[in-house]
Amino acid sequence: MNGERHVMACSATVADLVSSWCTSPDGIAVARNREVVPRSEWATTLLSDHDVVEIVTAAAGG
Amino acid sequence: MHTAGGDFSIAGRALGSRLVLGTGGVSSPDVLDAIVEASGCTLATVAVRRVDPASRGGILDVLRAHGVAVLPNTAGCFTAAEAVLTAKLAREAFDTDWVKLEVIGDEDTLLPDAVELLDAAEQLCDQGFVVLPYTNDDPVLARRLEQTGCVAVMPLGAPIGSGLGIRNPHNIALIAERSSVPVILDAGIGTASDAALAMELGCAGVMVATAITRSRQPARMAGAFRHAVEAGYEARQAGRIPRRYLAQASSPVEGTPDL
Repeated sequence: MNGERHVMACSATVADLVSSWCTSPDGIAVARNREVVPRSEWATTLLSDHDVVEIVTAAAGG
Repeated sequence: MHTAGGDFSIAGRALGSRLVLGTGGVSSPDVLDAIVEASGCTLATVAVRRVDPASRGGILDVLRAHGVAVLPNTAGCFTAAEAVLTAKLAREAFDTDWVKLEVIGDEDTLLPDAVELLDAAEQLCDQGFVVLPYTNDDPVLARRLEQTGCVAVMPLGAPIGSGLGIRNPHNIALIAERSSVPVILDAGIGTASDAALAMELGCAGVMVATAITRSRQPARMAGAFRHAVEAGYEARQAGRIPRRYLAQASSPVEGTPDL
């Protein structure tokens, strides 16, 4: 996730990953294997071995 | 009532200011707060980056507190595929289908890759995004982007962050004259007079990041740009005098005393 290896519990979901990494889900988006996971599907999207996850938000940028 | 800068809207959204703020280079949320206040901007760009658990939320909070609309960019993307995915992530994160589309050709000049840019613009317009592409100062490419459905075009004055000003004023004037969507001069602005020139050339707006955020007094410079954009717009509307090769006396010749 975000370029680093993470070990998660079996049956961990995208929502679990977001809540463990972010203080608030506001202004956050998640890509799993280069596909956007809609917010409404975070709680039901199970993570698998070797998934590549990116969790992004706003940063200063022109 | 006469309003400074006149009415300005993009894709049907009324924007009170013709100055679009880029947040790149801003040193802290407090500085951003002061810049936004001084600039009077109503639209500001943000980049989409990995969450840093140590620091987040500052930029969005400041923009929301001022009622400034967020314009996510696709900075750092080198291919259409990267840019399209970034736009989709931004839509999910910030609940907006607006995107400032950047697809860069190389890291040294950060100039747009025209082929990838047009490809990404077509895909995003087809998927219902409101696309504002950062483009070369090329009237033909600007027209092609407009034809794909982009709601504005954002030609560069000079490479991003260079502060070199508008290197090809003639092309910017051509783009502004021939475009039926708003033209927003983007990139290369060094100081307030560059923004005034952009407006005098016929641009509908100016986007500024580095020239404000990396100036010695960012809030003061933001105020200078606010005035420059308004002054340039007013001068354009008022109509400049034609250029003459020789002098034309401004005092009357008639009635000159014989001394």
